[in-house]
Amino acid sequence: MAAPITSEPAPPPARGYWRSNQMRIAPWLFLAPGMVFFAIYVVLPIFQSFHISLYRWDGLGEARYIGLQNYERLLDDPAFYTSLWNNLRWLVLYLLAIPGGLFIALFLNQQVRGIRLYKSLFFFPFVISQVVVGLVFAWFYNPSIGLLNPILGLFGAGPVNILGNPNTVTYGIIAAGLWPQVAYCMILYLTGLNAVDPEQVEAARLDGAKGWKMLWYVILPQLRPATFIAVVVTVIGALRSFDMVSVMTNGGPFGSSRVLAYYMFEVSLSEFGFRMGYGAAIAVVLFLIMMVYIAFFLWRMWREERGY
Amino acid sequence: MFPTPVERRSAAIQASYKALLPIALMMWLLPLLMVALFSIKPDADFTQGNLWGLPSSFAGFENYTRVFTDSAMPRYLINSIFITVPTVIGAVALSCMTGFALGVYRFKGNIWIFFMFVAGNFVPFQILMVPVRDLTVNMGLYDTRMGLVLFHVAFQTGFCTLFMRNFIRALPRELIEAARVEGVSEIRIFWYVVLPLMRPAIAALSVLIFTFIWNDYFWAVVLTQGVESQPVTAGITAFNSQFRAAYHMMSAGSIIAALPPVMMFFLMQKHFIAGLTLGAVK
Repeated sequence: MAAPITSEPAPPPARGYWRSNQMRIAPWLFLAPGMVFFAIYVVLPIFQSFHISLYRWDGLGEARYIGLQNYERLLDDPAFYTSLWNNLRWLVLYLLAIPGGLFIALFLNQQVRGIRLYKSLFFFPFVISQVVVGLVFAWFYNPSIGLLNPILGLFGAGPVNILGNPNTVTYGIIAAGLWPQVAYCMILYLTGLNAVDPEQVEAARLDGAKGWKMLWYVILPQLRPATFIAVVVTVIGALRSFDMVSVMTNGGPFGSSRVLAYYMFEVSLSEFGFRMGYGAAIAVVLFLIMMVYIAFFLWRMWREERGY
Repeated sequence: MFPTPVERRSAAIQASYKALLPIALMMWLLPLLMVALFSIKPDADFTQGNLWGLPSSFAGFENYTRVFTDSAMPRYLINSIFITVPTVIGAVALSCMTGFALGVYRFKGNIWIFFMFVAGNFVPFQILMVPVRDLTVNMGLYDTRMGLVLFHVAFQTGFCTLFMRNFIRALPRELIEAARVEGVSEIRIFWYVVLPLMRPAIAALSVLIFTFIWNDYFWAVVLTQGVESQPVTAGITAFNSQFRAAYHMMSAGSIIAALPPVMMFFLMQKHFIAGLTLGAVK
C-alpha cells in the first residue's frame, strides 16, 4: 500500500440536465420499475376488486351493475357466517403460537453440545410448504392409518375422526397450522433472547428475582420487538389460512371448515360456478378486516420513523 | 442468560435436560417421522396392517425411484425451479433499486411510497385474485410459468423493499456522502458503493423468497392448471390422486416436494434466520 496517492483531477463543473438534477431524478429512476410492477399487480387490483364487487359477473360474459346487492346477499348467506366464525377461531387460537414459541425458545436457550442442531430441527416445520404440512397432518389424523388414534388409545381415549366431524374439523386444521407457526415464533424469540442484556439479568438475580417473576418483569419487556413481530405475522397468517383448508378438507365436511379466504376462492373459481362479483365482495370483507391490522402496523412504523 | 444455564445446575438436572432434548424433538416431529417411515415401507406392509412397526423390507429406494419414473413429479419440480429462480432474481433486483431510492434519498412522498409497499405486502391474496387472474388471461399468460413469475416478482417486491430499505438505512451514510463529494454519479454510487455492501441482505432475501415462492400454493392454483406449468405444490394433488391410497408413494412424493426449501434452509441457515428475524431485535 505504499503506492503514491495520485489525486484524480477534480471533475469538471456539473453540466447538462442530468448532472445538475440527478439528485432529484435518481430516486424516481430507481423506483420506477418496482413501482410500475407493484402498481399493476397489487395496487390497481385492490381497487378493481372493489369495483367488481358491485357487479354480477361470471368472469367471461357481460358484467351487470347491481350496486350493493352482493353485500346484501352476504348478510343472508349461512356459509359466509360459518367462514367468518371460523376466521375468528383461527385468529384467536392461532395466537397460541406466541406463548408456544416462547416456551420452546426458553427450553432450547441453553448451551449444551449439539443445541444448534436441535434448534434447527425444531424450526424446520416452518420451511416445509403448508401443502405438505396439511397432507402430513391429514394422514396423522386419519382414522385408518394415522398415528393419532393409537396414541389416544394409550391414554384410553378415542378413537376420533377429527377431520370428519364438523365440530372438530376446524380445530384439527388450526392445530396443524400452529405447528409451523410455533416454529416461527420460536426462532423470533430465540433471536430476541440472544440479545437480552445479561447484566440486567444478573442484577435482577442478585435482587432475588427468578422464575416467573424474572420472565415477566425482566425478560419479556426486553423481548417486546420480537413479540410485536410475532403478533403481526401470526395475525396475518391466521387471516391468510387457505392452503391447509384446501388441502386437508376442501372446506368440508358440509362446508364446516371454510374460512373467508377459502370461501372466496370456492365462490369465484370452482365447479359451483364463477361468481366473480360475489367472490370479490367476500374478498373486500376480508381485506377490510386485514386493513385494521395493517393500519395498526403502519401507525407503529410511522411513530418509530419519526424517532429517527 | 435466561433461563439459568443448565451448566450451573446440579448434575442430575443437566443429565435429565440432555435426555429430555431428543424426546421432545421426537414428539415435535412425530407426524413427519410417521410420513418418513411410511415412505420407506413396501406396499405389502399397508395391506397387512403393519403400519407403525419396522418396515418388513426396506423399500425406500424403490418408492423414491418410482416418484421420479412413474409420475409427472420431475416435470413439476422443473416447473417449480423455473418459477422460483426467476422470481428470486427479479424481486431482489427490483427491490435493491427501490430500497436504495427509499433508504438514501430524502424527498417528498418517500414515506408514503414506502408505506404503500409495506401495506401491499400484507393484503390478503383474495382481494387481488380476480383482477390478477383476468390480467394474466388477457396477456395470454394464463397457465404459463411466466404468468406466475410476473405476479410473484411484483408482489414480493413489497416485502423485499421493506427489507432492503431498512438494511440500507442502517449503512453508514458517510460513505455515500464521501462519494458524492468526489463527484461520483448517483448511479455509480448505487452500483459501486452501496450494492457491494448489500451482499448479506441479498443473500438473506434470496433464501427467504426462494422458500416463500417454492411453497406458494394459492397462486399456483389460480394462475395455472396443467402439468406444463404447475409447480410441485399444486402438482402434488394430481400426484396423490394418481397414487390414491398408496400411502408409501404419497409419503415419498410429499417428502420430495418439501425437500428443496429444507435443503436451502440447512445450507444457508445463517442468512435465512437473519432474514426472518429482521426487526425482532432492536
